[in-house]
Parts: sequence; structure tokens; C-alpha cells
Amino acid sequence: MSNQPLPRITPFSQLPKARTGIEGLDEITDGGLPLGRPTLVCGSAGCGKTLLGIEFLVRGILDYDEPGVLMAFEETAAELSANVTSLGFDLPQLVADKKLRIDHVHIDRAEIDETGEYDLEGLFIRLGYAIDTIGAKRVVLDTIESLFSGFSNEAVLRSEIRRLFRWLKDKGVTTVITAERGEGTLTRQGLEEYVSDCVILLDNRVIDQITTRRLRIVKYRGSTHGTNEYPYIITEDGLSVLPVTSLKLEHTVSDEVVSTGVPDLDSMFRRGGLYQGSSTLVTGTAGTAKTTLASSFALEACRRGERCLFFVFEESPAQLLRNMATVGLELQPFVESGLLRIEASRPTLNGLERHLVTIHRIIGQFKPQTVIIDPISNLVSVGSHSEVSSMLTRLVDFLKVQGINALFTALVSGNRAQQEITDEGISSLVDTWIHVRDLEGVGERNRGISILKARGMAHSNQVREFEVSEKGIRLLDVLVGPTGIITGASRLAQHIQEQARYIAAEQEAERRDRDLERKRRVLEATIANLRTEFESVEEELRRVNSEEQQRHDSMAEERRQLGHTFSAHPPATPNGSGA
Amino acid sequence: MSEDTWELRLYVAGQTVKSMTALANLKTYCEKHLKGRYRLEIIDLLEHPQLAEGDQILAIPTLVRKVPAPIRKVIGDLSNHERVLVGLDLRALDPS
Repeated sequence: MSNQPLPRITPFSQLPKARTGIEGLDEITDGGLPLGRPTLVCGSAGCGKTLLGIEFLVRGILDYDEPGVLMAFEETAAELSANVTSLGFDLPQLVADKKLRIDHVHIDRAEIDETGEYDLEGLFIRLGYAIDTIGAKRVVLDTIESLFSGFSNEAVLRSEIRRLFRWLKDKGVTTVITAERGEGTLTRQGLEEYVSDCVILLDNRVIDQITTRRLRIVKYRGSTHGTNEYPYIITEDGLSVLPVTSLKLEHTVSDEVVSTGVPDLDSMFRRGGLYQGSSTLVTGTAGTAKTTLASSFALEACRRGERCLFFVFEESPAQLLRNMATVGLELQPFVESGLLRIEASRPTLNGLERHLVTIHRIIGQFKPQTVIIDPISNLVSVGSHSEVSSMLTRLVDFLKVQGINALFTALVSGNRAQQEITDEGISSLVDTWIHVRDLEGVGERNRGISILKARGMAHSNQVREFEVSEKGIRLLDVLVGPTGIITGASRLAQHIQEQARYIAAEQEAERRDRDLERKRRVLEATIANLRTEFESVEEELRRVNSEEQQRHDSMAEERRQLGHTFSAHPPATPNGSGA
Repeated sequence: MSEDTWELRLYVAGQTVKSMTALANLKTYCEKHLKGRYRLEIIDLLEHPQLAEGDQILAIPTLVRKVPAPIRKVIGDLSNHERVLVGLDLRALDPS
């Protein structure tokens, strides 16, 4: 029964879509906005509605060669141009190239009196004229709700807006209509009633004093789309919706193994390193050489000739380079050759989303094979728990899908290390988890490294002591004492003790050898004596034996002669018995 | 002020009922209150769509009073006598 195949759904041709060119948005919408149909973008003040609209147009012009019309109800062309200049959008140039047309619709209630019946044919004509003069494929109406402030006859307005959307659809232009968020409704004037194809909601909320912007696709008729809230930010390059956590876990995996940069550490893994494209977490308390481990990994990647991207949230690049040079990790040459790129910023500089977007963008530009983030735990300070965890999920996921070797370090405090990291939900995301920690003994601290998990690979279960010298990281052999593994000064003491024991044992062995030799000699002498004794006894016995033989022989002879005498001539025996 | 010639523009889009009504109404008012002191221009946006932007025309029909300043706009078929006069500020001018 359960084996019965599900009924096949015949694939139908997908709804035609217009790519927005906005980072991330096309992924969520599964290809863009509905082509030739209106899309409503609503959100409260400061969400970036207008920006989304303008970017939709500009990207359309630059990337897809689709001219666009911007009908602005709130700002003038000059104001809009000035607002987006900082994003690198040169609206006046696009207008001059006849790719873009900006029509500012000025509505002033004070100037207008209404008497009798009217319609908004003028708006249609203006829009139609603008579309036709440049052959526009895209239209943005920002913010059409302003009409409601200009005209008092709402009934006319509503029927005209309905007509407008119908008309835009018939024109076959892809339209973005922005609208202000209303109380309890998506838009103040209930525009969502008229735009039923696609509704995108932008949200701007402050949680723990940090503003996060979220985007959600409320509906998208005739298409699949991501249903979650996706953080987005406004970057120097425009709007950027956070690249989505891929909905499926289907990234390809590699069977290749890459080195961690520490040969001794490699040998703790059965396969001699980490899987290519896997993500690794290095956790540890303060000062346990997490950054050094990370740098080794980076250096190794560069030595393989791969590009490596190093995000540092605690040090400046110069500081990192200097510090690593003191432990024999010369990163400088690779920075100069362009293989290694170090991106340093304060975690509190930006919100989490911004960090994530920055990371995404730089990865997109630099295309590294290895990415290191040191430390991710600092990001926790700029976001709430669930946010951090969701951000990290996205990040790890993104890196995995790209097949990038990732290494994160995380600062943990004291005993609760494992607990903390598990709480953040990172541990389940990463493939390999290496933990470095203090091994505190009598009056000293030493560093220990262990592998907590390594997916798909057998690994050592030992806690290995390691030292950071001017030659980098070196793992020391395991010394197991009566009370567990031995480190640091105890290791030295143990070493000396062992040496003494060794010498004593050697002397003991020599003594035993001599003893044996002596015994051997004594025994050999005894054996010689015994042999002589034996020979004399043997001699004696042989002599006795031969005498016995002779006697036996002569007796036999006598008996024979005696018998002979009796049988032949008994009386004539000369020497008879005297008879 | 009364010496000024009024410049009025009526924006229409084709020969619709609303436009025709508006034009007829307007002519009546002008003859009554502004006789000889006005110039009326009728612009059909279907023929000259590029002109719509200049006067910020959205609604059809729209009557624009260009002169005297400030610019005033009256939209609709101008069927409400009172409102047109208020809208164009005609009443104060002409006490009759």
C-alpha cells in the first residue's frame, strides 16, 4: 500500500516572472515578480518601499533592459534622484537615456475644488503617455494612496484605482505599487483588495534596541514562494534580502579531505583531515589559541593556492597579521598576493542581518574556497538568541551549499561550554567540532584539544595537550599518569622520573645479566665435573663387564671339555676320577 | 485685479459627457461673470497627452485658473454653481 506511487502532477508551465534583480528577492519569489501584473509592496514608514520600487526599475533597466516609469506621488524627481545617488543609481542619466521616466504627481487638496462628476482619466493618460514614450515594461506607483488625500470622493477613487490596475494589467507592464501599512490591515486604504497577484509586506521592528527589517510575501498567486519572514537590509548597493536558508538539504558533498593546517591535529582524524566543504566549529575559553588554530587553517588553505576569506570581529587585520607572525604563521605574503582577504569589523557596528549580508556580499565578490569567522560568538552580543541561531543557520547553510570550507571560532565560558554552544544551536549545524580548553594543574595552565564530533569520520577520543611555539601549533604525545593525562610541568616531572626509572631498569638488567653469566659458568664447571665422573664410572663398568665376559667364556669352555671327556671313553680317561 | 484677463484652461479627454457638461457649464459662468475678461483654452489630453504633466492633471475634467495667481483647480463637471464660484474665487470679485 505504502509503496504505491503518488499520483503524478503534470508539470504546468510556470507563471512568467520578471526578475527584480534585487539581491535575494528573486530567490524568495522563485524567480521574480509576476510578469505583466501588479505587485503590492506595503510597509510602515522607513521600510524602504520606495527604494524597493526604484531598485526594481533601475535593475530592470541595467540588468534586463526593461525601461521603466516611476510615478511618484510623494517626492519630486530631483528628491528621488538625490536620495538614491548614494546607492550608485544615477536616475538623471537613465532619464536622459530615455530608459526611465519619472513623473511626479503633485496633489494639493488646497488647490483643488471638486464640483460634480469626474474621473482620473488624466492619470491614465499621463501614465500611458510615459509608458509609451519609452516603451516601458515596468512601472512603479509610489505611493498611490496619496490620491486619497487629494480627492474626497472615495467611491470614484476606488473604482478608478480598480480600473487603473486592470488597465495596467492589460498594458502588460509589471507594476509595483507601494502603500503605507494600516492599522490591522496591510494598507491604509485596503489596496490589497485590488492587487491580488502578489503582496509583499515590509516590516521594520525594533527588538532590544536593534532595528531589524523583515520582508514577507503575503501572497503570490499562481506561484510557490518562501513563506517566512526574511530579514533584509539597505546596503550601499541597494536592498538586500537575506539569502534564504535553502528549504531543502540537498547540497552535494565531497569525499576529498583538506588539512586543518596542524598536521598533528589532522592525524587525530581517521581520514587525516576535514572533509572538503564541511563546516568546523572551534570552541574554547579565552586564550586557548582559537584564532591561532583558525589562522593555521587559513594559511594551509592559502598554501594550497585557494582563496581564503577571514572575518575578524576582535582584531584589526594588522594586529592579526602581527600576532600570527609571532607564532610562525606568515599570513602577510598571502594578503599581498590576494589569496587571503581579512575583513575586520566590530560586531556591534551592524545588526546581525547586516553582518550576514556583508558576509554574503563579500563571499559573492571574492569567491573564496575557505571562509573563517572569528569569532561567531561575538555576534551574539548584537542579537537575541533566536535571531543569532537563525542567522547562523542561514550562514552555515549558505556556506555548505556553496561547498566552502568553513571554520568558526566561538568563545565559551568555563564549564558550560558544551551547553552554551548547543543552546545556540550551532553544534547541530557544524560537521566537525573541535574544543580547546585549559587543563589546569598544580599552579599552571596548559592547553588541551579534543574532537567532540566529526561527521562521517572516525576520530581520536583523546584530549591532547598542545603548545603554541614560534613554529605554530604542535600537539604533544599523550602521557597518561595514574590520575589521568599529564600536562605541562607534570609532564616534565613525569619525563624525568621515567628517565630515572629507565636508567635504574637498565642497571638492573645489566646486573641480572652478570648474575646469569656467573651462574652459567658455575653450572658449566659442574657439568664438566659430572662428565669426568661419569666417564670414570663408565670406564669402571666397562672393565667389570669385560672381566665378567671372560669369566663366562672360560667357564663355558671348561664345561664343554668336561662333557666331551665323559661321552667318548669314560674309563680310558687318563686323568679320570681315580676309579 | 479686475483689469487682469483671466486665463482658464479646461482639460478634457475626448468628447465625453462629463467633459461636454463641464464645458457648457464653464461657458455659462464665464459669460455671466467674466464677460470679455477671460481667455479659455480647451486641451484634449487624448491629443496632447504630454500636457497633462505640466499642470498636474489627474482628474478629468479639470479646470485650471492660470491667471490670476495663485493657480486654482476645479475638477468635475462644474455642475455645482456655488462650488465653482468659490473654487475660482469669482464671488469676491463680482458682488452681483
